[in-house]
Amino acid sequence: MENQNSYWQDNVRLILICLVIWFIVSFGFGLLLVEPLNEIRLGGYKLGFWFAQQGSIYTFLGLIFWYSKKMGDLDKKHNVEEDS
Amino acid sequence: MDELRLYTYIAVFGTFGLYFAIAWWARAGSTSDFYAAGGGVTPLQNGMAIGADWMSAASFISMAGLIAFLGYGGSVFLMGWTGGYVLLALCLAPYMRKHGKFTVPEFIGDRFYSQTARTVAVICLILASLTYIIGQMKGVGVAFSRFLEVDYDMGLYIGMAVVFVYSVLGGMKGITYTQIAQYCVLITAYTIPAIFISLELTGNPIPQLGLGSTLADGSGVYLLDKLDMVVTDLGFKEYTTAKLGNGINMFAYTMSLMIGTAGLPHVIMRFFTVPSVKAARQSAGYALIFIALLYTVAPAVGAMARFNLMNTIEPAAGENLVYEERPQWFKDWERTGLLQFEDKNGDGKIQYVADKEANEMVKVDRDIMVLANPSIANLPNWVIALVAAGGLAAALSTAAGLLLAISSAISHDLMKGMLTPNMSEKNELRAGRITMTLAIILAGYLGLNPPGFAAGTVAIAFGLAASSIFPALMMGIFSRKMSSKAAIWGMCSGIGITLLYVFQHKGIMFIPGTSFLGGMEANWFLGISPNAFGVVGALVNFGIAFIILKTGEEAPQEIKEMVDNFRSPHGKIAAAHDH
Repeated sequence: MENQNSYWQDNVRLILICLVIWFIVSFGFGLLLVEPLNEIRLGGYKLGFWFAQQGSIYTFLGLIFWYSKKMGDLDKKHNVEEDS
Repeated sequence: MDELRLYTYIAVFGTFGLYFAIAWWARAGSTSDFYAAGGGVTPLQNGMAIGADWMSAASFISMAGLIAFLGYGGSVFLMGWTGGYVLLALCLAPYMRKHGKFTVPEFIGDRFYSQTARTVAVICLILASLTYIIGQMKGVGVAFSRFLEVDYDMGLYIGMAVVFVYSVLGGMKGITYTQIAQYCVLITAYTIPAIFISLELTGNPIPQLGLGSTLADGSGVYLLDKLDMVVTDLGFKEYTTAKLGNGINMFAYTMSLMIGTAGLPHVIMRFFTVPSVKAARQSAGYALIFIALLYTVAPAVGAMARFNLMNTIEPAAGENLVYEERPQWFKDWERTGLLQFEDKNGDGKIQYVADKEANEMVKVDRDIMVLANPSIANLPNWVIALVAAGGLAAALSTAAGLLLAISSAISHDLMKGMLTPNMSEKNELRAGRITMTLAIILAGYLGLNPPGFAAGTVAIAFGLAASSIFPALMMGIFSRKMSSKAAIWGMCSGIGITLLYVFQHKGIMFIPGTSFLGGMEANWFLGISPNAFGVVGALVNFGIAFIILKTGEEAPQEIKEMVDNFRSPHGKIAAAHDH
């Protein structure tokens, strides 16, 4: 029980970190801060526009795989892996 | 034209033959096969199947066209329809897979220890999936009629017959393997024209990079800068900064699409098909890779199509295209009525400007952008034929997934779960096939007699899922205490207020003339449009549920233990596949 609580707390902490990044790249860079970011260029892209139409999607991808890997480590650490 | 027709027949019927062959090979023998493909689909396969399930006619045909005309405002669809997968992967899929049941209402019924909760979830599911499927059936009809030159009704019947064969026969197992094939068809059909066009305009074959590159005409000007300049000169909003409504509306729209994605049952169901919790986490990632392949190309397709269109009509400022010299694709689309020109000033040239009085391109349908793209870029006929097969694959695969979600909610949740719990597996399988057949007929009927609102409904389906199912699942997983009473009231008030706001704008049950705005302006709530209202409904859902939880009883001890069990990958999976 003790072990399971700390496993869940670690998991929730990891989820929160991921969701903060998820929010910053899409709602933050892509919507709220789009105007100041558009002053910066990335090749032919304005940076805010790039986050809204490209960058946020790449970040989402990275987040899911990073979370999946980190959870694999957590499962091992807390000894809650699946019986196979 | 004849060569094109031949290629189109080969591409369309060739791919149909492939789907049938796969369906026969993977036909379902048990309820576990029928609802969850026997639980043996690998994350990579599941990712592709989710991709096809997810990307509908709207993604394939409409989205790039929307972006072409909305510019930056179109970003809400790009972020909204991909960001939901992060929520699925982190917050929902692993735990629902661990709990190990077949359907979303079944999970809600178990977690909230209440048949009422399960019934409410079934109703929300059917409301959201049916609004969604009308759009798909319409897409199937339009695609068939345009590509095979049969009439719309005939096209719809063919589409119904095809879906019937492989989904009723194969259930989830048949649908999964045909969706994998359909994904391959649709992504090839989408990217090949984009690569050619990007190469032609910028010299860079990768559309995602081409969009940020300089033009290949030697001017050294960036494509997006040039596009901004061209459209603002003609009085349109600047491409890279044009907003969709106000900032709050864009924010709410994006959030509604994201949480709606995470709450749509036909997508969640796909995570019940993988063998483990780990595979469920990875599936969402693979799914997003396959989806991102199309979604990161779409903005390039949109911008380049807009660029080509403007450039064809007005190659240099003041040198407008003479109507008599218009290219062949222009004439072809004029014949469909989706492109219309009216020589208002009588100079025989085409003026395409933002000012409604002076604009002579009186109709430019957004949906033609993706379909006309290959011919605008002078690509060979087999590419155009491939695009036809791709559009059909996108519409059919999504329709099949939705039909399965509806039929399983009826046969598994209502009939087996509540009315006749001791139904044998064989009879349940038969009931599943019968309800799916009925669902196809109903969907076909609605496709033939679309209630006037059909076009705008796909976004509303997201709002309904966002305001009802998503919050219930989140609270069920992240709050051990959450009680059945609180969840039921939450779902009812969330979906209720969303429907109310939609009806207020579009009429009660969408009947025109019955909207009751009465003194209130459209989008009166902070400028949020009805399509973007799902997030407000979700907040109401969460709020009501927590208020009722504070004043009432908590969930009983055995439910808290059940929550502890599905939060951890370790331990027994509650008998999904030995039903």
